[in-house]
Amino acid sequence: MARRTRLSRDSVPLISLGLAFAMAASACSSGTGGAASSNASKAGGSLVVGITSDPDNLFPWKATQFQAVNVLQTLYGTLTEFDKDLNVVPGLAESWTYSADNLTLTMKLRAGVKFADGSACDSQDVKFSLDKIKDKATAAVAAASVASVTSVEAPDANTVVLKLTAPDAALLGNLASINMAILPTDSTEAALKTTPAGTGPFILKDRKPSQSITVARNPAYWGDKTPLETVEFRIIPDETSIVSAMQSNNVQLAVLNDPLVAKTAQGGSLTVTKTPQLSYHVLQLNARRPALTDVNVRLAMQCAVDRQQVLDTAALGEGEVIGPITSPAYRSDPSARPCASRDLAKAAEYLAKAGKSDGVSVKTIVSQGEYATSVAEAQNLKAQLAEAKITLDLDVLASNAYVDRWVAGDFDAAVALNGGRPDPDGMYGRYFTSTGNLNKVAGYSSPDLDALFAQGRESTDPTARKATYAKVSQHLEANAAWIWMFSGFTYTVAAPKVTGYLPMANGSVQYLRSTSLP
Amino acid sequence: MTIPWRTVVRRLLSMMGTLLGVAIFVFIMLRAIPGNQITAGLGTEAAALTPEQRADLEAYYGIDKPLIVQFFSWLGNIATGNLGFSSRSQVSVASLTVDALPVTIELAVLSIILALLIGIPLGMLSASKPDSARDAVGQIFGLAGLSIPSFLLASALLTVLSAKFGFNPNGEAYASLAEDPVRNLRQMLLPSLTLGFGIAAPIMRTTRTALLEVRSQDFVRTARAKGVGNRRLQVRHILGNALVPIVTITGLQFGYLLGGAVVVEQIFSLPGIGRQVLIGIQGKEYAVVQSTVLVIALLFVVVNLLTDLLYRVIDPRVRAS
Repeated sequence: MARRTRLSRDSVPLISLGLAFAMAASACSSGTGGAASSNASKAGGSLVVGITSDPDNLFPWKATQFQAVNVLQTLYGTLTEFDKDLNVVPGLAESWTYSADNLTLTMKLRAGVKFADGSACDSQDVKFSLDKIKDKATAAVAAASVASVTSVEAPDANTVVLKLTAPDAALLGNLASINMAILPTDSTEAALKTTPAGTGPFILKDRKPSQSITVARNPAYWGDKTPLETVEFRIIPDETSIVSAMQSNNVQLAVLNDPLVAKTAQGGSLTVTKTPQLSYHVLQLNARRPALTDVNVRLAMQCAVDRQQVLDTAALGEGEVIGPITSPAYRSDPSARPCASRDLAKAAEYLAKAGKSDGVSVKTIVSQGEYATSVAEAQNLKAQLAEAKITLDLDVLASNAYVDRWVAGDFDAAVALNGGRPDPDGMYGRYFTSTGNLNKVAGYSSPDLDALFAQGRESTDPTARKATYAKVSQHLEANAAWIWMFSGFTYTVAAPKVTGYLPMANGSVQYLRSTSLP
Repeated sequence: MTIPWRTVVRRLLSMMGTLLGVAIFVFIMLRAIPGNQITAGLGTEAAALTPEQRADLEAYYGIDKPLIVQFFSWLGNIATGNLGFSSRSQVSVASLTVDALPVTIELAVLSIILALLIGIPLGMLSASKPDSARDAVGQIFGLAGLSIPSFLLASALLTVLSAKFGFNPNGEAYASLAEDPVRNLRQMLLPSLTLGFGIAAPIMRTTRTALLEVRSQDFVRTARAKGVGNRRLQVRHILGNALVPIVTITGLQFGYLLGGAVVVEQIFSLPGIGRQVLIGIQGKEYAVVQSTVLVIALLFVVVNLLTDLLYRVIDPRVRAS
């Protein structure tokens, strides 16, 4: 009897516990399983791409966020484009010619191109777009990229003529940026933020804030027919969760940044492709601050850093040591720099020359959360430089606070991950020319560099340009303007049936237009 | 039961004060964080803005006005039902909140149900024989629930289930309860288990302590001496009298979940209210953060009020007082 009573008393909690687990179990079994209910593997091809953040701005002239740029690349067109090797190729302009003095660029536009709203895209739209981008009131982020353009003329519907103040060899590459997208003449920023009207391979189909953006094939696209019917950019805030969603076949494509997370995607049916990036990890030095005005102090820092060690420690060796220019066509040779390998004796010598043998302190800002490796890089640099009597006073800041200080140039040094561009002029002209709009942040300029950048812009001969930018690179490192460390990889993770997608070094996802999913 | 109107009115007035305090606090805290919508939107590209462009953008976002004007302008809008506009999402904050709030409320309700279904029985099991093996099991569960961080449990569940079993309903597009109840419940399973596990622990501990305390009281001995059956004694007399602290902890946890489920929402990609605040903070969208936090605070005080009213239902001594 006593036993029976005890069982009866215990049965209340046991039954409740059982209920809880039964509920969980029924919920587990009530569905059809992740793979089976996936909405992506339909014939005709609907692809789900995992992205970590909702695009913050769908107006192409002002979008800077990586995710926004990626989505916009599917919706809008530009006069020129980059191919997979980052060569400039025709876009909305099917051909172009320079005048003999290189001061006039005449572009022939493709005929029959239409915007998503059905209106024709012609030279008036190009003139409207370039004029607006140049207009300071627009606050377009790429305004500096067309600074050399004095006027845009539209002599007929399929021709535009750009008059230049001086030869500008970087212009064609600059026109390929999505920030230079061609918009319809009657469009407004407010309207385009909700209803994009581009000439891209896709058109906006649906947007659910914080959940997804879906684009559908643009039947009027001027290029090859896009195989996919739709692409859904699904917002999954955490890269680990994206990999989980791919393992359960709910997402078929993602571009990841974190090497640790990318490793978890390996070994199964997913394919992981590493792509070296144009973006670069750097210790920016502000040569206008008292601590770093003397070039010998900066050179001492340069000699005291083993870049490979930073790469191995902070990024698990996932990347490669680089010089200033990461673009394949103009790539700097990292072994040609002063102190190509760590040399503490040389560092001490430079410090002595600067009269600072007792050491020097450098206030350094570091962003926490902006990218995965920032704090680890800073800590390794601090440890290495301490051995050369150089103290990095680290100020680890939240992302917004870091951007505020960076934008104001309020630092001696900054651990940074900066974006790269295929053309060295677009990449560094705005930083290291004395009139560049980011020169305050770069903290360094010189008449020699101004002359070299001008020479690079004016020359249309690729070999001559290469030689010029090699000199730029050499000048930057000989003066230790910054300490360039390494560039990392992005990891394109794809489901087995995804074909035709080509990852690019500039992070572009433009080849979604050639991707298919049978 | 009669409704204590004087108490309700007093509590409502106190609620208004609390909400005003929250509004002021959030407004000040947001401005104290470095950065603004311009740098959050443009990032390091903001360095290329000319002073005129910056001034235009400040005017566009309404951050060129004095803080006091910004505050009362926002408060005035709230009073007229306008919670503001999200320039990132290009929809009103009210619209965002109408979409996000049901997600979080559903998650909180399911988590609390799971927590009660796990916590109360385990507490009863532990309390039924203190210092025994079953008590030790309950205590270990409680300790685990309190010590395992929700982000760790969430990540582990997600990683193991998807990698080993291909099970990850949260990788699918989110479906609301009205759109697709089955998919919705599947998508709520792992998040509510994660949260429920963490909340079950304090509920289990509170239940155990309250039961042991009530069981030692004179009226229990009297009831037993009068021949009250064991089941009735356990459930009606002991559990019934131990409910007040359990309801208190449950109410507090529910309120916490309304704004505190952000990590779990983030990991499981649930478009709830916590994530809405987080995205608002990242993008420095003042109206989104201020208005959403105010809505969360309003819900929190309403839940607290309801909890207090519930005391009157379950405990006659409260009604008498």
